[in-house]
Amino acid sequence: MQATALRPGNAGPGPWIAFGLILAFLLVFLIVPVGTVIYTAFVNETGALTTGHFANFFSQGVFRESFFNSLTVSLASVFFASVIAVPLAYLTVRFEFRGALLIQTLGVLPLIMPPFVGAVALQLIFGRSGSVNLLLDDAFGFTIPIMDGLVGVTFVESIHYFPFILLNLVAAMRNIDGAMEESALNLGARGWRLFRRVIFPLAMPGYLAGAALVFVKVFDDLGTPLVMGVTNMLAPQAYLRITSVGIDDPLGYVVSVIMIGFSILALWLAARVMKGKDYATMQKGGNSLQKRRLSAWESVLAYGWIGFVLLVTLAPHLGILLMSFSKVWSFSVLPDAYTLEHYATIVHDAGGMVGNTLLYCLLSAGLDVVIGTAIAYLILRTRLPARQWLDYLASTALAIPGLVLAIGYLRLFKGVQLPFTETPLVATWVLIMLAYAVRRLPYALRSCMAALQQVHVSLEEAAQSLGASRLSTIRRVMVPLMAGGILAGFVTSFITAAVELSATLLLASTESQAPMSYGIYLYMQSISGRGPGAALGVLAVVVVGLGTYFSHRFVERSRTTLKESA
Amino acid sequence: MNKASLECRHISLAYGATPVLRDVNLKIEPGEFFALLGPSGSGKSTLLRLIAGFNRHQSGELLVDGQDISTVPPHLRNVGMVFQNYALWPHMTVWDNVAFGLVERRESRDAIRRKVGAALELVGLAQYAERRPAQLSGGQQQRVALARTIVIEPKLLLLDEPLSNLDKQLRVQMREELKNLQRKLGLTTVFVTHDQEEAMTTADRMAVLDKGVLQQVGSAAGLYDYPENRFVAGFVGTANLLEGEVTALSGETLTFHAQGLGPLTLPRPSEPPAVGKAALAFRPHQVSICVRDEQGDASRVWIDGQVESAEFLGEFSRYRVRVGEVALVTDQPHYAGLGLFPPGAQVRLGIEPTQLRFLDR
Repeated sequence: MQATALRPGNAGPGPWIAFGLILAFLLVFLIVPVGTVIYTAFVNETGALTTGHFANFFSQGVFRESFFNSLTVSLASVFFASVIAVPLAYLTVRFEFRGALLIQTLGVLPLIMPPFVGAVALQLIFGRSGSVNLLLDDAFGFTIPIMDGLVGVTFVESIHYFPFILLNLVAAMRNIDGAMEESALNLGARGWRLFRRVIFPLAMPGYLAGAALVFVKVFDDLGTPLVMGVTNMLAPQAYLRITSVGIDDPLGYVVSVIMIGFSILALWLAARVMKGKDYATMQKGGNSLQKRRLSAWESVLAYGWIGFVLLVTLAPHLGILLMSFSKVWSFSVLPDAYTLEHYATIVHDAGGMVGNTLLYCLLSAGLDVVIGTAIAYLILRTRLPARQWLDYLASTALAIPGLVLAIGYLRLFKGVQLPFTETPLVATWVLIMLAYAVRRLPYALRSCMAALQQVHVSLEEAAQSLGASRLSTIRRVMVPLMAGGILAGFVTSFITAAVELSATLLLASTESQAPMSYGIYLYMQSISGRGPGAALGVLAVVVVGLGTYFSHRFVERSRTTLKESA
Repeated sequence: MNKASLECRHISLAYGATPVLRDVNLKIEPGEFFALLGPSGSGKSTLLRLIAGFNRHQSGELLVDGQDISTVPPHLRNVGMVFQNYALWPHMTVWDNVAFGLVERRESRDAIRRKVGAALELVGLAQYAERRPAQLSGGQQQRVALARTIVIEPKLLLLDEPLSNLDKQLRVQMREELKNLQRKLGLTTVFVTHDQEEAMTTADRMAVLDKGVLQQVGSAAGLYDYPENRFVAGFVGTANLLEGEVTALSGETLTFHAQGLGPLTLPRPSEPPAVGKAALAFRPHQVSICVRDEQGDASRVWIDGQVESAEFLGEFSRYRVRVGEVALVTDQPHYAGLGLFPPGAQVRLGIEPTQLRFLDR
């Protein structure tokens, strides 16, 4: 811990000012709004504390049903996402075969498409009168109702979120020392028993991290059930209460508290189970798990499974692409006629939305990396008391659904006006941008922390001993060395914000403020708008895909240069 | 207890075009404590992993008790291996780690309890059974790894650099413990090391490997006193090597032309080398040193030189002495009050002729 022991907190007021600013930001835009939501759920009209709203909530059948539906869908999604992801992860780590690249692609493909867009597209492919069921009905006389109701939501969410488990699990398995496996072989274990007794337990932390994330994401997701017309779940209920009954309806807040509670519970459980189980077992000079070639029929199985998952995963992309070019597409396997006019429509109509998305996301991602870098610096390079709390506070955003944050903003900033103007704050896009920033801050923060941890403190000390002040050391040495990680954080923030819907739905007060995600949602509401909506969706996927690709390239490159210079 | 013999016959292995083991022939007797010694990249670990079944040789036979086990998969070989980093599973307790192999063998619960208890008792860790590996010291982890391996009563015990992860004091202590344990169990044991001192102090016999080729097999003293080639002479202990040529053999003497030094007339050994290129090897402590005008022991071969550097090492002092165009190393025992020759001093070196070794490989 040499690194943190350096430079005690007496090095001037700079760190204190940064600390104060960040703390104020987190309090005003995260803690107090969420606190307001929780508080509102527990007080009655006279301001006295009560649990009456909760009793009221659970006494109504529709809410009880929504609660159990949300829970069931989330758990089922975790289960099916695991069924998809675990074999894929095992194949990547274990076997030498050409599908590894395919699997990596699989790991990103679903994430670059907003789940609610995927839901619309999947409706066309797997829906009651979608391509697959039409074909099935033609050939065999039966259909699979996989897109209906809760089953449909589970299906869409599993397909969309399985990469979280895949990516975490692969990373964890890559870290297992090959000797762990060899010693088990040496003592007589192999095959399934070897996997069950040694490899999977060692990869457990990675699996749990991924699974908890999937649970939280699904539990909090608003767009997918709304688009699929499923309202008997918690997030849609909260949304409907707030938008139809009004911002003062306590039941919306009760739902919010339950959602926060379960998110925290899931993350806490995962963290608790993993406590003391940091099995980063790879040692210096260690080898990873031995790879072997697949036998002939193993290859058939492996490629079969990959092919199947790839097909299902690509279905939304394919569907949205076809829809964006189709003149008419209903009750047919493929569109009846093709056209480019939807793209013309969005170029004409939706330019503002694209501009809005760029504006909000650039600002929010920029804010994230600035705050992330500052927090990383305060934690790793100063000894300010309570500096860890900035990390804890920022990370609580992980457990806060976008919907809940938006409700908090609407409640807290009701009547607050933008300084020096008559415009109410809730009527501007500032809150949308801030909601994006706060919700993505944990990811950006992790990137920045990891980046700064890799910069050896002696590099900064060298600069200081050569006469650089603290600020110019940060500017000229630290930040350039962290650039790769900062950029990764920026892009993650940017692309996830670009496709976020739940906070946007509540916070966008006029159509002129709407970003692309909201635009897609609006278009998708009407049958005639589906074409332009799909075209806008394709545009979003392309933007997000390119962003992911280039940031990946850049991070890889800066990582290799860092390695070479080290 | 199992006492198996192990034999390698013409074993070769290559990774792509890179040969790693070349025609290795080796026989290890039942109950023997055998070391594979060599620098990194010599193929010693590859050979050990090959015995465990993690590497497959492309040609040759691997016999345990006379039976070729080349095609037996690792989990059925019953050859116990202790890994360099111990490879203890962090998600299991010490007890579960040790019980692992017995569970795989579907032993009864009673048998497992009895055997695991006995194994932990044997390595002195009975009271740590419920701990996790991360809560143990390096030496204790090493013992758990040992217990985990011997509890399955393997035919052979393989140790991959067993002491390299321990600090120096612990290493000496573990060395003793390993030796005692091996004696007690009588297990045929093969261990890999790059440390010649470790090999010499622990093993009954050892094999020296270099570049995938088995150089020499023998006891510690055998290898030290009678190295068969330049590599063994230099790797097992320290040696002065003079390259040159044997030019003439007569009744009592032979003439050796050392490069950069000139002709030396030496007593003819009982098994004289052939005329032709050879190297002359001798140990630093077999060379005495005295001032130039002192009359030395006439049975020694004396060469004049100049001290280049002197190192004081406690038990002895080590000099590099320039002789002609070569430098020779000599170690002199140290006593209190004995002064060192300063660099630049004109000295004479006396080589003990019976200790000279001619190496033609």
